[in-house]
Amino acid sequence: MLPKTGQSKAGRVISFEQVAYSYGGGELLSDISLRLAPGSFHFLTGPSGSGKSTFLKLCYGELLPTAGRVTLFDRDVRGLSRDDVALSRRRIGVVHQDCKFLDHLPLAANVALPLTVAARASTAADLTDLLGWVGLGALADALPPQLSGGERQRAALARAIIMGPDVILADEPTGNLDWEMSLRLLTLLVELNRMGKTVLVATHDLNLIRQAKSQLAARVLRISKRRITLAGADL
Amino acid sequence: MALKNPFAPDKQAGRIVPPSGASAWLTSFTAGAMSFLAVFALALSLASGRLADRWAGALDRSATIRISAADDQMALQTDVVLDILSTTPGIAAVRALDKAEAVKLLEPWFGPDLPLDALPLPQLIEITETAQGYDSDGLRLRLQAEAPGAVLDDHTRWRQPMAQAAARLRLLGFLSIALIGATMAAMITLAAGAALAANAQVITVLRLVGAKDNYIARAFVRRFTLRALSGAAVGAVLGTIGVAILPAADAAGGFMTGLGFQRAGWLWPLTLPPMAAMIAFLATRFAAFRKLRELT
Repeated sequence: MLPKTGQSKAGRVISFEQVAYSYGGGELLSDISLRLAPGSFHFLTGPSGSGKSTFLKLCYGELLPTAGRVTLFDRDVRGLSRDDVALSRRRIGVVHQDCKFLDHLPLAANVALPLTVAARASTAADLTDLLGWVGLGALADALPPQLSGGERQRAALARAIIMGPDVILADEPTGNLDWEMSLRLLTLLVELNRMGKTVLVATHDLNLIRQAKSQLAARVLRISKRRITLAGADL
Repeated sequence: MALKNPFAPDKQAGRIVPPSGASAWLTSFTAGAMSFLAVFALALSLASGRLADRWAGALDRSATIRISAADDQMALQTDVVLDILSTTPGIAAVRALDKAEAVKLLEPWFGPDLPLDALPLPQLIEITETAQGYDSDGLRLRLQAEAPGAVLDDHTRWRQPMAQAAARLRLLGFLSIALIGATMAAMITLAAGAALAANAQVITVLRLVGAKDNYIARAFVRRFTLRALSGAAVGAVLGTIGVAILPAADAAGGFMTGLGFQRAGWLWPLTLPPMAAMIAFLATRFAAFRKLRELT
């Protein structure tokens, strides 16, 4: 059984109000205002270096805006302590392109890591179900360096959702995967969205976006010239 | 597939840091070496303390007058000196040593077979001061004037610096222990910092999955504290054995043969491992929180 969603009762889980982010003297993102409503599915696209990863980092409190206001679950990130940020991340599952693991621990322990750090109990059966859902049931005892790129991405997804987060942020999750594996991962994300999770996927893979739009009503955001706009039907 | 209970929080918490690492061994070695040295510094401090106490006690309000005179003048000058002492304020007791006592005092230097009776031995008079003490300069002047063969041998004037030296040696011993502790703290802080830097990926992953700083720090602190505790225990045991096999103190022994622990003093090395663990705990915690703020 998959973890139950802890959906926010508020009308937004993450919101940006006139947010800007500067780095090294230059402005990378400018005047961004948007909100991710509960249960929504968004794609974020744009050329390499346009600020997609930066935007995602602003979404989970890894970076603070240099101007404007970012709120996570109705709390301004500027007012969050380091512990508050840690607690917020238990409600936000993050999947990176270069997903990192604790290489000395087996896959099962890595996937269960969010539960471990939160001192939350679960059962081995739940973990087995989750690993089976992402197609890694046979690799529970494998060490991360033994996994392929696709297996690592699916393991990262399993780790991201084991706490039953409200939001899933994926940064180029299919960047290292072949098309078949990309579709498999997309299917998992779509399933999660149908369970009520808010999903935001940063990708430059337009084929993946088109494939997803054929399955659900996903909105596509485009970063261009430091700003985020809603993409039209030109994808 | 059977899974090996990956959810047990306590077991997992200790495993999140990779098991091996030079910094961890460095911590054990540092704690062991420092504890080994601390045992000797401790022994030095305690021995110096005993020495200072012994010397201070031996010097406590005592002095000697030595009368060297011709045989026909000896008795007369002795009576004069005793008269002077009886009227000198600050003197509690006076005792003239007899010939047998004087011979016994010289025996360690000349041996029992030397015919000391044939030697012109000086007359020794032992003086005990009152708490207020006497005017040693005034007494010397009176002796010089009335009993020219009498010389006041004021023990305190030359032994006092030795007692002070012993007290300072004790202080140096404690200072050495403090420096050993500080050095251990510095080295463990560096080792912990290196371990944290080497495990930057572990920290990044833990932060990403929602670990609080305290949780991450605890994993490192626990490891380094246990390392320091075990290393210091080994060092303390070896140091104590080293002290134990030093030659035993005896009446003829000098300072070095007295370098050891006595009675309950043997329990002091037991305090070193917990102290090392405490130092490691504080040093690693400090390093961990500082590094966490830098890394994430």
